[in-house]
Amino acid sequence: MHNNRYLRDEIIRISGVNTAKCMKCGKCSATCPAYDEMEYHPHQFVNMVESGDITPLLNSDSLYKCLSCFACIDRCPRGVEPAKVVEAVRLFAVRKQGANRMTANDVPAIVDEDTPQQLLVSAFRKYTK
Amino acid sequence: MKVSYFPGCTLKNKAKDLDLYSYKSASALGVTLEEIENWQCCGGVFTSADDEVATKLSSVRALKYAFERNEPLVTVCSACHNVIKQTNYAMQTNKTFADKVNRYMAEDSYNGEAEVYHYLEMLRDLVGFDTLKEKVVNSLKGKKIAAYYGCLLLRPNKVMRMDDPENPTIMEDFIRALGADAVVYAKRNECCGGYISVESPDSARRNSNAVVKNAKAAGAEMIITACPLCKYNLEKNGADIPVVYFTELLAEALGVKEDTNA
Ligand code: SF4
Ligand code: SF4
Repeated sequence: MHNNRYLRDEIIRISGVNTAKCMKCGKCSATCPAYDEMEYHPHQFVNMVESGDITPLLNSDSLYKCLSCFACIDRCPRGVEPAKVVEAVRLFAVRKQGANRMTANDVPAIVDEDTPQQLLVSAFRKYTK
Repeated sequence: MKVSYFPGCTLKNKAKDLDLYSYKSASALGVTLEEIENWQCCGGVFTSADDEVATKLSSVRALKYAFERNEPLVTVCSACHNVIKQTNYAMQTNKTFADKVNRYMAEDSYNGEAEVYHYLEMLRDLVGFDTLKEKVVNSLKGKKIAAYYGCLLLRPNKVMRMDDPENPTIMEDFIRALGADAVVYAKRNECCGGYISVESPDSARRNSNAVVKNAKAAGAEMIITACPLCKYNLEKNGADIPVVYFTELLAEALGVKEDTNA
């Protein structure tokens, strides 16, 4: 689809992250509350983007498992901000025509009488474009 | 004191209690919450990419409104606070982003000048917990209450600057000001799962249960939160102690909780 150079530059640009700063300590993944749900973990996102191995990330459900809790951002000893990398790859995926992860048709099955509006607006912001 | 108040979508719907008790308590403390005219939903979560512009305009408009009135912008929902503060920080520190945003602003440009306070910060920094303590009429003495910060109040710390992100005290100090005992537990700043309950309900359940279990093991009889989604996730996933908005507790202590039908 895209060559790796273009993809890598694009993800780095969207994220604003310098992936080369990572020292592979794994602390981001150790603290990640979505770790068990993810096929690729935050430190892998950082390193796979750094090395240009991005297609597996784009095709992985791991993109939709991040909670945006910012724990990895605050706890990374190198200030790498891994969540921004996850976000950039996800944006690249959902910005494609027809690639929205959820649609308005999914809403009735999600809501119950207590569902806060915040849940729906947040999910739409993360899963659609 | 008058402040520009941003209620947010959920406080006008499923979290009416959070809104109502915020108003009542503020007025008991001598603060007027002036609702920002024509505010629009913040979007619930901040998108870190700086090429996302349109989704951040509602926050910028609210910030600009407060700045032009020379009032602090106060929010009570953890999510609104997080999104608005992160947007303001981007306006201050990212010139390219701010330039793009300002192309949408009809008149004067805005560059992050407004001051943003969470309601808890307003209590601590503008009202003062000592003053709050003096205004308490129904002391909550003897109640063991656990503060649940979740993820949105404190992080990213570089931007939020609310408290120590790993060892916060603002909510515990709030609980103590009302006369109750603050229960400190490890998971108080871990995520409940947030919007993931749409994608993986099991993930939300595991995260939420871990928080409640940890709070109870530390002796909590009640959990307080500022976030409608935290409250929803904890309750939906079977919390067996009450999960209450901090403003409800505040209204109770200040003796202004009655005569509501929320
Ligand atoms: S915590 Fe930071 S330095 Fe360590 S692996 Fe993660 S991104 Fe790399
Ligand atoms: S922001 Fe996402 S990747 Fe980072 S710790 Fe939280 S859930 Fe994991």
